[in-house]
Amino acid sequence: MATITVERSFWQALPKPKAESGFWSWVTTVDHKRIGILYFWTSIVFFLIGGVEALLMRLQLAGPNQTIIGPDLFNQLFTMHATTMIFLAIMPLTASFFNYFIPLLIGARDVAFPKLNAFSYWMFLLGGIFLNSSWFLGGPSDAGWFGYPNYSLKEYNPGLGVDFWIIGLLLTGIGTLVSGFNFIVTILNMRAPGMSLMRLPMFAWTTMVTSFLIVFSFPVITVALLLSLFDRLFGTLLFDIFAGSDLTVYHHLFWVFGHPEVYIIVLPAMGIVSEILPVFSRKPLFGYSVMVFSTMLIGFVGFGVWSHHLFTVGMGPVVNTVFALATMIIAVPTGIKMFNWIGTLYGGRIRFTAAMMYALGFLALFLIGGLTGVMLSAAPSNAQIHHTYFVVGHFHYVMIGGALFSLIAAIHYWGPKMFGRMLDERLGKIGFWTLFVGFNMTFFPMNILGVLGMPRRIYTYAAGMGFETWNAISTVGALIMGLSILITLYNLLTSLRRGEPAPADPWDGRTLEWTIPSPVPEYNFARIPHVSSRDELWVRKHPQLAHGAVAETAAAEEAPEEAIVMPGGSYMPLLVALGLFVGSYGLLYYMPVFWGGIAVSLLGLVGWALEGDNLRIVRPGGSH
Amino acid sequence: MSQASVTAAGRLAGHGEAAHAHHHPTSLGIPNQKLATWLFIASESMFFASLITTYMVFRYRSVVGPHPDEVVNIPLTTVSTFILLMSSLTMALGVSAAHRGEMRAVGKYLALTILGGLGFLVIQFYEWWHLAHDFGLTWRTNIFGSVFYILTGFHKAHVIFGMLWLSVIAISSFRGTLRKEHAVNVDVAGLYWHFVDVVWIVIFTLVFLLTEAGV
Repeated sequence: MATITVERSFWQALPKPKAESGFWSWVTTVDHKRIGILYFWTSIVFFLIGGVEALLMRLQLAGPNQTIIGPDLFNQLFTMHATTMIFLAIMPLTASFFNYFIPLLIGARDVAFPKLNAFSYWMFLLGGIFLNSSWFLGGPSDAGWFGYPNYSLKEYNPGLGVDFWIIGLLLTGIGTLVSGFNFIVTILNMRAPGMSLMRLPMFAWTTMVTSFLIVFSFPVITVALLLSLFDRLFGTLLFDIFAGSDLTVYHHLFWVFGHPEVYIIVLPAMGIVSEILPVFSRKPLFGYSVMVFSTMLIGFVGFGVWSHHLFTVGMGPVVNTVFALATMIIAVPTGIKMFNWIGTLYGGRIRFTAAMMYALGFLALFLIGGLTGVMLSAAPSNAQIHHTYFVVGHFHYVMIGGALFSLIAAIHYWGPKMFGRMLDERLGKIGFWTLFVGFNMTFFPMNILGVLGMPRRIYTYAAGMGFETWNAISTVGALIMGLSILITLYNLLTSLRRGEPAPADPWDGRTLEWTIPSPVPEYNFARIPHVSSRDELWVRKHPQLAHGAVAETAAAEEAPEEAIVMPGGSYMPLLVALGLFVGSYGLLYYMPVFWGGIAVSLLGLVGWALEGDNLRIVRPGGSH
Repeated sequence: MSQASVTAAGRLAGHGEAAHAHHHPTSLGIPNQKLATWLFIASESMFFASLITTYMVFRYRSVVGPHPDEVVNIPLTTVSTFILLMSSLTMALGVSAAHRGEMRAVGKYLALTILGGLGFLVIQFYEWWHLAHDFGLTWRTNIFGSVFYILTGFHKAHVIFGMLWLSVIAISSFRGTLRKEHAVNVDVAGLYWHFVDVVWIVIFTLVFLLTEAGV
C-alpha cells in the first residue's frame, strides 16, 4: 500500500484520511461497494420506520370509529409513511444496488465520480435525518407526500412540519440528482472493452434510463418545493389564491416529477427481475433488444402522462383524453416486457430459489398493479374511483408487488456477492410465502373498498357501510407482512454471521459480477475484463457457444495487473453535506447558522476541487 | 500524477478523475467531466423551464399593480444583456486559449468574463432597486412581483456561482498552476457560463421583449 504524493499547495497539504478499516474508513470512503453497503443498511432502517408508520395506520383502521390514533397523528403518519418509503427506503435501496453492482456489471473499478458518489449518500442520510427529526421538533408535516398548497402554506399549516418536509426533500433530492449524473456517465463512459451498449446487462440499462428520469424530473419538483418554501418563509404570494394564484401550477409541477418518479422506482425493479429470471431459467433473456427499447419507451412516454393525476381538477375533455390515451399507451411497452419475461421462463430449466420466487411474485403482482393502473387511466371511471382506496391498492401493487418484491429478490440474489455469505434458502422461502399472502390480504381488499367508496386519507369510518370486514382482513394482512419482513431481516442478520461462505459464482450466473470473488476485492477486477458477449460469464463457461471468440480474451486476462491505482478517501463530501444539513436547521431557527453552513459547504467545495486525489496503489497479488 | 491542483470543475467533476480519463480513454471518447456537465445543463434546463413556465402563467394574474407592462425597462436591460453576451465571447476566447495551451492567457480572458458578469449584475441589481424604489414592487407586493424576483433571482444566483467558479480557475491561471491537461476544466466552466447566458436570452425575450410587445 503506497500513497502518491507530489507537490503540495495549501489545500493539498490538508490532512487526508488514511484509515483502511474502522469508523473513519467508512465515513471517508469513496469505494462504490462500501457506499452501496451504507445505502443498504440506512435504507433498511428507514424502511422499518416507514413500516411501523404503516402498521399504526392499519391498526387505527382495523375497525370502525376507532380512536387509537387521532386524526392529526394519522395525517402525519400517512405523510411520513409515503415520504419515507419512496425517498428514504425504496429509492436508496435501489441506489444501493446501483452502487454495488453497476461498476461490476460493466467491468469497471469504480463509478465515474467516486467522491460525488459519497456526497450523494451523505445527502440522503442527512436529508432523511433532517426530515425525521421533525417528529421531535414540533411534529412532521401532515400535508401528504405531495404537499399541495394552499393547505401546505403557513396560514393553514403553522409550525415547522412542512418546512422540515420541504427542506428534507430538497436535501435528499440534491443527493439523488448528483447520483443521476454519476450513473449515466459511469454507464456510458466506464464500460470495459467490448462491453457495447447492446451488451449491457438489463439492470445497467434500466439504471441508465432511471438516471435520465431523475436528471429531468428532479429539477421540476425542486422548483415546486422552492416556490412553496418561499411562500412559507419569506411571505411571497405564489400560491395565495387571494392574490390571484392558480394552485394547479403546483399540481402540474409536482406531477411532472411525480409520475416519472413511479418509473424511477419501478424500472430498476424490472432490471433486477431481468437479471434473475435468465439465471434461474438457464436461458438468455428473451427479446433483449426489445427489452432495451421498451425501457426507453417507458421512460420517454412516462414524461407525457402526468396529468392523469389531475383528471378531476377540470382540465376539460380534450386534455383528459390526451393524457388518458398516453397513459394507456404505457401499457404497451410494459406488456411487451411481461411477455418477454414469460418467454424467458418458457422451456427453461427453472430453479425455485428464494430469489426466483420473489421475482416470479413480482411478475404476478406487478401485473395486477399494471392492470389496475389501466383501469385508473380511463378518465370517466377515474372520476368515480379517484381518492378512494382503489388508488391505494393500485399503487401498493406497483410499489410493493413491483418494487419491493424485486428488491428482496435482489437481496437474496446479490446478497452473497455483497456480504460474502449465503442467505438461508428455507427462511427465504418462508419469507416469500408470508409476504405474498400478507401482501395480497392487505392490498387486494383495498381495491374492493375503493369501489365500495371508501375514501383514502381519512382516519376512520362509520360502521355499517360494508367497510368493516375488508379493513379487518387488510390489517391482519399487514401484520403478516410485518412478520415476513422480520423473518427476512433475521435471515439476513444471522446469515451474515453464520451463513455458508459464498463462492464466486453461487447461482451459475451469466454476468461479470460472478467472475470475481465474494465479497468483492477493493479493486473489483484484478484485470479489466474483455467482453465478447451479452452473457459473458455464461459463454466463458460454455465456450462452444462463443464460436472461438472467448479463448483469446480469456488468455489476455490471465495475469493480474501488478499495481492498481485506486482513489483514496476524502473528508470533503461529508463536510459539504454537513454544511448544508446544519445550515438547513439555521434556515428554520437562526439565520447566522444558515450562512455559516453555506460557508462551510463552499469551503468544502473548494477543498474538494483542490485537495488532490489521495490516490493509492493496490497490488492484487499482495496483502489484499 | 497530481491532476488535482486546479479543477474548479471539481464541484461537478469530482476531483482528479482526469487522471483516469487520461490513462484509460472513456468508452464514448468524451471526458467524464464534460459528459456530466452536459447532463447538469440538461437538468438545469428543466429547472429554468419550470420557473419560466410558472412566470408565464402568473405574470398577469395579480389583483393589484404594478403589472409587467408598467415596469419593464427595455433599454437598460438591453445594455445588461449585451454585456452578458459579450462575456460569452471572452469566455469562448478563454476556452480557445486553453485548447491552444496558453494557460496564462486563460486567466486574462476569464477575468474579463467575470467583469462582464459583474457589469450585468450591477445593472440588474440597479433595476431591482429601481422597481422596488420607484414602483413599490417587492416580492410581497403581488404575484407578479413574487415570480419576477424569484425567476430573475435564481438567474442571478447562477451568474454569481459561475463567477466564483471562473475565479478559482483564473486564480490558478495567474499563479501558474493551471496546466495544459486542465483544459477540459476550462471547457466545462465555459459550457456552464454559455448556458447561463442562453437562459438569460430566453428570460429577456419572454419577460421583457414580449411584455413590451404587448403579448
